[in-house]
Amino acid sequence: MRHGGFTTLFYKEVLRFWKVASQTVAAPVLTALLYLLIFSHVLEGHVKVHGISYTAFLIPGLVMMSVLQNAFSNSSSSLIQSKVTGNIVFVLLPPISYLEFFAAYVAASVVRGLVVGAGVLFATFWFAPLTFAEPIWILVFAVMGGAILGSLGVIAGIWADKFDQLAAFQNFLIMPLTFLSGVFYSINSLPPFWQQLSHWNPVFYMIDGFRHGFFGISDASPWLSLAVVSACLMVLAAFTLNLLKRGYKLRN
Amino acid sequence: MPPAILIQQVSKNFGSTRALDKVDLEIQPGEFFGLLGPNGAGKTTLISALAGLVRVDAGSLSVMGHDVQSDYRAARRHLGVVPQELVFDPFFSVRESLKIQSGYFGIGDNDDWIDEILVNLGLASKADANMRMLSGGMKRRVLVAQALVHRPPVIVLDEPTAGVDVELRQTLWQFIKRLNQAGHTIVLTTHYLEEAENLCNRIAMLKDGRVVALDTTEKLLRRFSAHALRLRTDGAMPDDLASGASESAGWWTLPFDSFDEVEPLLARIRAAGCRIESLEISSPDLEEVFIRVMQGSHQGQVN
Ligand SMILES: Nc1ncnc2c1ncn2[C@@H]1O[C@H](COP(=O)(O)OP(=O)(O)OP(=O)(O)O)[C@@H](O)[C@H]1O
Ligand SMILES: [Mg+2]
Repeated sequence: MRHGGFTTLFYKEVLRFWKVASQTVAAPVLTALLYLLIFSHVLEGHVKVHGISYTAFLIPGLVMMSVLQNAFSNSSSSLIQSKVTGNIVFVLLPPISYLEFFAAYVAASVVRGLVVGAGVLFATFWFAPLTFAEPIWILVFAVMGGAILGSLGVIAGIWADKFDQLAAFQNFLIMPLTFLSGVFYSINSLPPFWQQLSHWNPVFYMIDGFRHGFFGISDASPWLSLAVVSACLMVLAAFTLNLLKRGYKLRN
Repeated sequence: MPPAILIQQVSKNFGSTRALDKVDLEIQPGEFFGLLGPNGAGKTTLISALAGLVRVDAGSLSVMGHDVQSDYRAARRHLGVVPQELVFDPFFSVRESLKIQSGYFGIGDNDDWIDEILVNLGLASKADANMRMLSGGMKRRVLVAQALVHRPPVIVLDEPTAGVDVELRQTLWQFIKRLNQAGHTIVLTTHYLEEAENLCNRIAMLKDGRVVALDTTEKLLRRFSAHALRLRTDGAMPDDLASGASESAGWWTLPFDSFDEVEPLLARIRAAGCRIESLEISSPDLEEVFIRVMQGSHQGQVN
């Protein structure tokens, strides 16, 4: 039987999205599938990246984009819903430390990201010859990317007082970061200015490293990507933990 | 044994609103304590501070000797809070909610106690219903149940009977009284003063974030409110009696302290040639005390 602050909160967060899996899992898989059908229909045959067919190149990008967006969604929407409806008190009254709180929300976000990612992979890999050259990178970047976006989701969920503030966070930060990261193209195909800019986008490294796991080739070295992503995760985790420790918005 | 609840010099501002102003309160284990006050007096803020839901600007609070900040784990394990707002998690059934709440407190197998709570609160038939399907009163019962899953020695109920039918009120108070008899400390806020009068052994009254009265229920009743003869007569009240009495809508109210005074009072009325048409005796009640305290505190007369 599960018990303890972390275990129960983690379990509750997973159960929460699983109970509405048609919205939280099936819908994003369908969206990714639509992207694949449209983009590959338009671009297949015209574009090759690193000598790989466009559709094969696109699939890992879509999988990782789904992992990231859903990890963010999970923690942020759960927190804002709990705050708006007031049932956040059920989590604030028990003896749960801020570390357990953080870990549980982020871990559940990673699980949601991985479940949706696996769903997208399963739905799309029929469409192109896909290889799994160095699968450990696939797992490492999926988990770390999910954790980073899960952590961002915790920040957004705590900061936002209303649903439209959360939507702004999502539309003006998360969406641009994920779309302008090389999901749909190799950044080497961009003009130099945009290439430079992309190198400042941490999501670029998540997707590039993730893709490396499939093809064994990538724009940046996977080790560099790992370094950037790890640093990013540590900074965000420290920032989020500090918010939670101070009780920012939650205990005031 | 440390006090069940110890509140020392606690102040809390929300912007320019002073919600709590140097509140001191000590509640002993086993007490049934009433926290009363008008809307906005600071009752919920005080409870939230005790539960760690808000951080105070000054002062300290502890539950069974555990500081709510530095020793929050122990403090929260010893405290069960029924929030004032009717909140629930729409994703889960009643039983799921209670199991999850138990898990948060580190309790794995809690089925027997959960069943006992469900039965005692008349929720057994709703155990597997989704929270969304419950009526308001039923949701309130689940809130009470959630506060009890970890058998906290100190139980705080913030207006648990708001919007609740007579039957639940009865069953709820029976259950809470049993818990109190078993040694649990109970703190209650309510706007139904009769409830507080019947249940609480001690009462604090809060106004504008300050404690304006604090005493045993009995003493409060005696200090601010007396027995009274309420009567209608066919003639005018003799002057010497009228000066100590009040009249409204033809009814005279004559306060007295001891029942020995009743017969002499009636004799004097009769001697003045008045015939008594109707008569009743009123007992002290908390509502009157409450009103007097709240008025008195305006002029800074009370405590
Ligand atoms: N989160 C908050 N932000 C700003 N002001 C607040 C907040 N919570 C409470 N207050 C203010 O603090 C004061 C005390 O409020 P509190 O909720 O503690 O009163 P109460 O005694 O519980 O009243 P009621 O009987 O209506 O429940 C009020 O003036 C209220 O407006
Ligand atoms: Mg209140």
